[in-house]
Amino acid sequence: MFRTEEMDINMGPQHPSTHGVLRLVLNLDGEEIVDVRPVIGYLHRGVEKLSEHRTYAMIEPLTDRLDYVAAISENLGYCGAVEKLMGLQVPPRAQSIRVILAELQRIASHLLWLGTHALDLGAMTVFFYTFRERELILDLFEQFCGARLTYNAMRIGGLLEDVPPGWTDRVRHFLSIFPSRQKEYEDLLTVNRIWLGRTQGVGVLSREDAVALGTSGPTLRGSGVDYDVRKSQPYSSYDQFDFDVPLGTKGDTYDRYLVRMEEMRQSCRIIQQALDRLPEGEVRAKVPKYIKPPAGEVYHVVESPRGEQGFYIVSKGSEMPYRMRFRSPSFVNLQALPMMCKGRLIADVVAIIGSIDIVLGDVDR
Amino acid sequence: MGQDTLIRNVLIPTAQILAVVLILPLLIAYLQLVERKVLGFMQARLAPRRVGWHGLLQPIADAVKLLIKEDVIPEKSDRFLFTLAPIATVIPALAALAVIPFAGAPFTVFGYEVKPFITDVNVALLYLLAISSLGIYGIILGGWASNSKYSLLGALRSSAQMISYEVPLGFAIIGVMMLAGSASMVDIVEAQRKAGVWYVVPQLVGFFCYFIAAIAETNRVPFDLPEAEAELVAGFHTEYSGMKFAFFFLAEYTNMIVVSCIATILFFGGWLRPLPNVESLWWLQNGWLILLPLTLGGFAGWLFGQRTGRGLPPMIAGGGIGAAAGAILAMSDLGGLASLSLPAVSGAFWFFFKVSLFLFMYIWFRGTYPRYRYDQLMALGWKWLIPLSVANVIVTGLAIVVKGAVQGRG
Repeated sequence: MFRTEEMDINMGPQHPSTHGVLRLVLNLDGEEIVDVRPVIGYLHRGVEKLSEHRTYAMIEPLTDRLDYVAAISENLGYCGAVEKLMGLQVPPRAQSIRVILAELQRIASHLLWLGTHALDLGAMTVFFYTFRERELILDLFEQFCGARLTYNAMRIGGLLEDVPPGWTDRVRHFLSIFPSRQKEYEDLLTVNRIWLGRTQGVGVLSREDAVALGTSGPTLRGSGVDYDVRKSQPYSSYDQFDFDVPLGTKGDTYDRYLVRMEEMRQSCRIIQQALDRLPEGEVRAKVPKYIKPPAGEVYHVVESPRGEQGFYIVSKGSEMPYRMRFRSPSFVNLQALPMMCKGRLIADVVAIIGSIDIVLGDVDR
Repeated sequence: MGQDTLIRNVLIPTAQILAVVLILPLLIAYLQLVERKVLGFMQARLAPRRVGWHGLLQPIADAVKLLIKEDVIPEKSDRFLFTLAPIATVIPALAALAVIPFAGAPFTVFGYEVKPFITDVNVALLYLLAISSLGIYGIILGGWASNSKYSLLGALRSSAQMISYEVPLGFAIIGVMMLAGSASMVDIVEAQRKAGVWYVVPQLVGFFCYFIAAIAETNRVPFDLPEAEAELVAGFHTEYSGMKFAFFFLAEYTNMIVVSCIATILFFGGWLRPLPNVESLWWLQNGWLILLPLTLGGFAGWLFGQRTGRGLPPMIAGGGIGAAAGAILAMSDLGGLASLSLPAVSGAFWFFFKVSLFLFMYIWFRGTYPRYRYDQLMALGWKWLIPLSVANVIVTGLAIVVKGAVQGRG
């Protein structure tokens, strides 16, 4: 007489909480998730193929559009890969400024994550607070390179120009106000009972699964795996800085939240050290006018705010790469979503998507 | 039937109903502006400023926009129920206002005595519970008739939530009913005057249960699951647009006002001033004499703080000076303002003042809390609120019996 059946729901590609054009086909039993199938490709622009028809200098603006909320990390990774291929030595001042930019970018990206994650769980005010501080960072970037989102901030061999006068003081000013602002977010969330209820024990990713699925970044470290590219394969003088890699214990949404919150503090520490001992000198190595790396191949990874961002370049010795391949952390981390969602409620899917912090430009490339 | 009876029995009630039904939407429109302004203040942003001075005409613009918007009815929906649902939601919400007394004392218009409420029935509380249950129908019908999965999920959540939380709501009210010995709103306030204390003191647990259940009942943060925009797009009213959407909106805010009014009447003495039996505080009766200078002083201080970049201290100082000046004005009875006997006005002042505080709490919660999850909401309702409210009824009953026995012996 009565019968129940499972219901398929399309969450996205137009949905406020899928953070872009991600489509999830949810198979529901009431409100409980039976299965999740992520459908991707709505933002595919073929950046890898496009790169085969661009000179090396022209590719950097394309990398801005991969992970568009952390474009500087992409710039850094791409330039690093080409420099490795050409055997270029980047001047120490340029390396330190790159570190400052990349860590500011990490804070800005985590602020965007925190705001949207909290908004997904219904805490609206945090969103405005984090955007207030993100704006300060974007102002710093604008003063440095004139852009606020797609920076094209670096050049192969270093930077286009040195930082403008007074810029380091403005960064110091930001560092002086940021800790108190971060306390404001923590006051609203970290010990809030509703927040704890919504995040603790939700979307648990075990240590073994996290490694087996190839996740990286805070998603991996939230599960307690001590792996940070900045420590394991230091690039751009990261080995000279003193910072901790925060780790979670349970691998749930709350642990990933705590890991990212602590990462923002550690980023402040790194920027402070870089400012304190900023070397003098040139900001760009001697680079030929036409960049023609020797034939060969190279793989270079950086720790983007989302995880391990890899750049694989095959060169045949011409002005353009023969093959370009990006290893994007969002794409790999998204694989963990169905496993984390099974058996949970719809409201948890939103929390889990927020906690793996994907950017669709990075997933689809 | 004489002309006098006609006026008394037909004209005056009609005028009262019209007054409530016509003023309320305007009030709600501005409540929404207040909500946006307060949220903006809490969230370090400006809130509406374009339409009118500091956005004062924004609600009018919003209402006009909703009126002239295209009224979309989804092709696969049940047209009749789809149209019926917003009406079925808004009518119970408005009908609940019939038994809310806005002030105590009647006033005279053209020699006719007008009471500041539409009606006073002896089962007012039962009537309110019954009417508020009816509101759920509109939400379920709307969610089902839309023929959309998101709407259906929102409607199911909503019905489960509202039915669950009606139980602690009812139990919380019973405690007050037992103390007052009546279910009439006017009698309950009068009982608080006789007792000399607001019922929030003996019924603190009851008030706590009532307030939480009331937030859940009105689907507000942190219990706004039925319309959780991050999960279900907009819940049961996803497919609605134009005036039909406005009706759901109107119903939600009317319900907010109604539950705040009930909280004020049951637990905070309705139109009574604080400590209604203490004679030496008579000057509190005309509370607006203090609040008005407080607001003006606070606003002036705020403007000063904004212009000079001194932040909030000038606002607090201005408000303090204003309040002190107002208190002196009221106590010294300068110009006979304080002893001015306008019981309807002063009663209405205290009533609306308390209701505003509750509404402010709603907005404050919205700016602070994340959203509960569906199963957590149910657990909170069934495992905590219902046992707590039942315990409250039992303890109140025991206390009344013991007190009666002691007094009977003495």
